[in-house]
Amino acid sequence: MTEIFGVPTQALFGQLLIGLINGAFYAMMSLGLAVIFGLLNIINFTHGAQYMMGAFCAYFLLEYAGLGYWWSLLIAPVAVAATGIVIERLMLARLYKLDHLYGLLLTFGLALIFQGLFRNQFGSSGLPYQIPAELSGGMNLGFMFLPKYRAWVIVASLIVCLATWYAIERTKLGAYLRAATENRALVQAMGVNVPRMITLTYGFGVGLAALAGVMAAPIYQVNPLMGADLIIVVFAVVVIGGMGSILGAILTGFGLGVVEGLTKVFYPEASNTVIFVIMVIVLLIKPAGLFGKER
Amino acid sequence: MAAPPPSAVTAGSDARGFATATAILVGVLVLAPHVGVYPVFLMKALCFALFACAFNLLLGFGGLLSFGHAMFLGTAGYVSAHAAKVWGLSPELAILAGTAAATALGIVAGALAIRRQGIYFAMITLALAQMIFFFCVQAPFTHGEDGIQSVPRGLMFGVLDLSNTLVMYYVVLAIFVGGFLLIYRVINSPFGNVLKAIRENELRAISLGYDAERYKLLAFVLSAALSGLAGATKAIVFQLASLTDVHWSMSGEVVLMTLLGGMGTIFGPVAGAFAIIAIENYFAGFGQWVTVITGGIFVVCVLAFRRGIVGEIGAWLARRRR
Repeated sequence: MTEIFGVPTQALFGQLLIGLINGAFYAMMSLGLAVIFGLLNIINFTHGAQYMMGAFCAYFLLEYAGLGYWWSLLIAPVAVAATGIVIERLMLARLYKLDHLYGLLLTFGLALIFQGLFRNQFGSSGLPYQIPAELSGGMNLGFMFLPKYRAWVIVASLIVCLATWYAIERTKLGAYLRAATENRALVQAMGVNVPRMITLTYGFGVGLAALAGVMAAPIYQVNPLMGADLIIVVFAVVVIGGMGSILGAILTGFGLGVVEGLTKVFYPEASNTVIFVIMVIVLLIKPAGLFGKER
Repeated sequence: MAAPPPSAVTAGSDARGFATATAILVGVLVLAPHVGVYPVFLMKALCFALFACAFNLLLGFGGLLSFGHAMFLGTAGYVSAHAAKVWGLSPELAILAGTAAATALGIVAGALAIRRQGIYFAMITLALAQMIFFFCVQAPFTHGEDGIQSVPRGLMFGVLDLSNTLVMYYVVLAIFVGGFLLIYRVINSPFGNVLKAIRENELRAISLGYDAERYKLLAFVLSAALSGLAGATKAIVFQLASLTDVHWSMSGEVVLMTLLGGMGTIFGPVAGAFAIIAIENYFAGFGQWVTVITGGIFVVCVLAFRRGIVGEIGAWLARRRR
């Protein structure tokens, strides 16, 4: 068997793949957080719960409506985004004039409510979700076995991330969005309906989280707590990357996933904590984050 | 982040009002176990009340929202339980060891976290606490999921037999009152006033020549130390140190106690801690509904009840006086 640095290549590439998958989820989640934070100035603690709700939505669609993975990919983000829009209109909209930390506290409370309700209903053990038939099986690349579904997740999330980047940095709507992030009142004075834009932005960020949840459902099991620990890691990712740049968030997400995967190979004891350790180092060297600006 | 409460009594700046209210509070607590209130419930509530007061020192008076205070509670609990059980230290030394550990952790965590402000500060403290949580899951001396069990209560100062529940209760009460008075002293000292100035307008405080970072760090370390005192005491009382106390949900719980009681008020965290512990005791048999209710209280507090219980009482007192 071939080895690199004393590690079998199979194990190395296997963990690298898992790292890339985790990185894909980190990237999509931190992207959503960054977009929401940019316009709403709120850190959305419910993000993890909304990721979980995306996965559950896919599960419900399959169990009760017979709609498979591809339909879920479309319906679940829209459905969860709709609940997000209701939350924004009814609750978050009342907090914009207050300290930003109230938004964090409110969304934390909402996350507890959602996770508690789903746990009451479905317990803490996971529910299985089948990989769609088109993507089951895998390819043998010679140096490793690549399951088709995992390859799909990496490619699809990259496309989603880049599309988001394009929409924000290169389209007219994105230009409005960036302008409103800089100066909300001025953009409103130009005749843009900023409150509606804020609502839709929140919905979009939440939808991204739900989309990540649907994509995660066949890999991890569908579990009420699947987003609870993930959101804390994503917070660390956001601190490391800084929330100033879209491409920065994508790069940081994927990069940290890979680093975490490699840690599992070379020093498994630290794999849970490596991202937090990196956060500490980044805070010491560049407090604003790798791609962030002090503000 | 807290709006200053409109009444001097609840803010703890009216010395006579504070003395009266504290005397009533302590009197009630001294008598409580004799009128049928379950002492174990009281001890649990008092430990959390001290924890919430320590947290409020940072949030209510320093304006810093830490979302990782469980790391101080839990670490101190583990260290004092280990010291009492494995090293065989007497309870007062075990509690001291736990508090010292939390203080040391507070210096490191505080120095890192105050490098960023606002929302980032909250996220960094949360991430650091999660790191400590994973450390506690893996470290051999914490015994993972089992925790450190059957910690001996022992003899305090060689004379007080803590295995007697009532003796234990009065020791906990004394520790709570000591911590509470210390916090009162801190927020009414020149240091506390500078801290409040930084909370209101950090840039102006800096321009007046105050080293804001040093004040924030000192407040953070004080808060960590007192949280550690609460955690160490709790470990001796319940003879147990477990992962629950380092988990992020515990960090959320102390935020909730402070928010519900009224942040920036001196008595608020005490009221909040008693209320939350009572609710949890009542709903203990209803599975995950506790989490749902906790979340619901969060939402209601943020949307409609931002002054909290004691803050509302203070506002009512202030209105009546006019």
